[in-house]
Amino acid sequence: MPSIARGVARSERNPAAWLFLAPALILIAVFFLLPVIAALMLSVTDFDIYALRDPANARLVWLENYARLLRSPLFWQALRNTLYFAVVGGPLSIAASLGAALLLNGRTVRLRGLFRTIYFTPFVTTLVAVAIVWRYLYHPRYGLLNYALGWIGVAPIDWLGDPRWAMPAIIIMAVWKNFGYNMLIFIAGLQAIPTELYEAAEMDGAGSLSRFRHVTWPMLGPTMLFAGVITMIGYFQIFAEPYVMTQGGPLRATTTVVLLMYEEGFRWWRMGYAASIAFVLFVIILLATLVQFRLQRGEER
Amino acid sequence: MNARGAIAVIAVALVGGVTAGGCAGASADAVTTINFWGLGREGEVVAQLVPEFERRNPGLRVRVQQIPWTAAHEKLLTAFVGDATPDVAQLGNTWIPEFVALDALVPLDDRVAASAVVDRADYFAGIWDTNVIADTTYGIPWYVDTRVLFYRSDLLDSVGYATPPATWAEWRDAMERLRARMSPRQYPALLPINEWPQPVALALQLGSPLLRDGGRYGAFSDSAFRTAFTFYVGLYRDRLASSISNTEISNRYQEFARGNVAMMITGPWEIGEFRRRLPPELQDSWMTAPLPAPDSLTPGVSLAGGASLVIFRRSRHQDAAWRLVEYLSEPEQQLRFYELTGDLPARRAAWRDSVLAGNRYARAFRTQLENVRPTPKVPEWEQIATAIAEQLEQAVRGGKPVPVVLAALDRSVNAILEKRRWLLDRGAIEPAAPVGATAGTVPR
Repeated sequence: MPSIARGVARSERNPAAWLFLAPALILIAVFFLLPVIAALMLSVTDFDIYALRDPANARLVWLENYARLLRSPLFWQALRNTLYFAVVGGPLSIAASLGAALLLNGRTVRLRGLFRTIYFTPFVTTLVAVAIVWRYLYHPRYGLLNYALGWIGVAPIDWLGDPRWAMPAIIIMAVWKNFGYNMLIFIAGLQAIPTELYEAAEMDGAGSLSRFRHVTWPMLGPTMLFAGVITMIGYFQIFAEPYVMTQGGPLRATTTVVLLMYEEGFRWWRMGYAASIAFVLFVIILLATLVQFRLQRGEER
Repeated sequence: MNARGAIAVIAVALVGGVTAGGCAGASADAVTTINFWGLGREGEVVAQLVPEFERRNPGLRVRVQQIPWTAAHEKLLTAFVGDATPDVAQLGNTWIPEFVALDALVPLDDRVAASAVVDRADYFAGIWDTNVIADTTYGIPWYVDTRVLFYRSDLLDSVGYATPPATWAEWRDAMERLRARMSPRQYPALLPINEWPQPVALALQLGSPLLRDGGRYGAFSDSAFRTAFTFYVGLYRDRLASSISNTEISNRYQEFARGNVAMMITGPWEIGEFRRRLPPELQDSWMTAPLPAPDSLTPGVSLAGGASLVIFRRSRHQDAAWRLVEYLSEPEQQLRFYELTGDLPARRAAWRDSVLAGNRYARAFRTQLENVRPTPKVPEWEQIATAIAEQLEQAVRGGKPVPVVLAALDRSVNAILEKRRWLLDRGAIEPAAPVGATAGTVPR
């Protein structure tokens, strides 16, 4: 890519470029780079409440935090819970978003703007308010959900109190809350697909299903990659939903990696250990993103 | 920027602004505003006691900030780091060692000595002791909490126990007799295996120090803890208690009402729950009793729990804050607080009132409170308690032999205390007094 290389070379020679970049670079340095470096440094110390009183009480432990983390059953459980949430919730969320986007993009749909707003509303609603309502919905005895399940003969489920059901409950709520955002992205993606392609496909005798398979799906590729990566990153960092709904319980069934980090860091103030969790999570998300890029590229080829 | 400042910046940057609450002090010149952080239900209710205080102290205003229990610990720590601690706060008394380790609290001994209201002798000794660290008092008990035996008096009566079992031998005997009459799905006792207070209370009864050498190492393989732990695990092994955790119990009140469970060990908050949730016809068929003792000569001690009022070092209104603490400590206010919350008062004077004396279910607590002991006063206690519960599960569900489990417990506790040993060796902190050394009689 010669043009990019030439561009970089020119900017190095041009001091004005740096001047224009400076505000952004300074902001990144102060609010991103410095905290990251500080957190990295923290993660090789045993900074805790004793150190909070007197920094001399902190020791350099190098990789001990990481070793302890990998030995801790709680971390592995949190990782399993997070993977469960991401692997089940992520695709579910994408599917819900895509489904809603396809419905709203249909030519026959009326009141399109109204529905778009309604579907988008959960995304912009405060999580705590949403959580309170969902806690009512999930109530084992008086909850609407169990009431509805009762009609079809399903015995009441203790959604948030049963270790087997707590994570599915969190997933359902998170998907409901978040699908609106990706839906908008998909609508934008769908509208960017030239109508000529559909017309051509129709003329070739393609039904609606094969039009989706051969036109919509490939044309949505880049949008899908974007939505997939963003959703996955977000879902790996799941924190607020279990924090508000279950506090990580019952029996740690909804303790996620970020929740664990928060607990270690801000509840027990084991900052060094918490920082090491943050970096392990960072590596995991990085790897997952790379895998996703690779998969997508393989599909394109 | 000092290290603490740096941490604060990182904390805020990473989490995106954890609110620390407690805004800056008063704006008016004549009026001093006391910031008070109350936790959970207590924080909600204390506002009803404030008007009287403000009426008596025209120059003082109290701003009550209510914080849910689940978020309280982290809020308080974050506030400490962010220099935004309140003047007065309610603190779970097991948290006091931690905040003392941070040097966040004001010593109160001089104020107590000069006070006409806060009379140390009127407080339950074991409860008061939880607030004393290295001979310095950091908190004034507000309300108390301990564990006693809740039992179905009709069921115990039917197996020949008209009075509740007072010793371990009687306790076990009563359970065995109940076992013989019960169906396999019923259990004499409900003792959730993920709860540490029960085995720890039994170990304290035998005089176990729990930690040794000033809180340097675990003392869980010692004979006192081993004896108590063996007795306790035996209850599960002989099917006298069901080996389930408390999240697996769908409705303990229902189980109790149906007679599927005849006993449990729990705290004062259950009095209200039992009254509300058990059917009216059962209200004469349950009672509370102090914990059974190892033998008739040893007191059956239980845990000294509850919450205390503390004053923060960075408070600029410490005198005013102390007046609020004194006010809330008056027996009259303690009683009003009991009526509002059901929390048991920390002062004997308040217990003499007919309101409390008339509550027959509270009587066992009154007796028990004379025999309570604190858990080791080290900041790491919460983690240690979790480790105890984990090993209990290993013994009960995993079926591992008691000595193996206790050796593992000592190992993990010693690992938790590694930092503490390092600090003690450097002289950076004070060793913890052994539990039971300052309160009541030490058995054996």
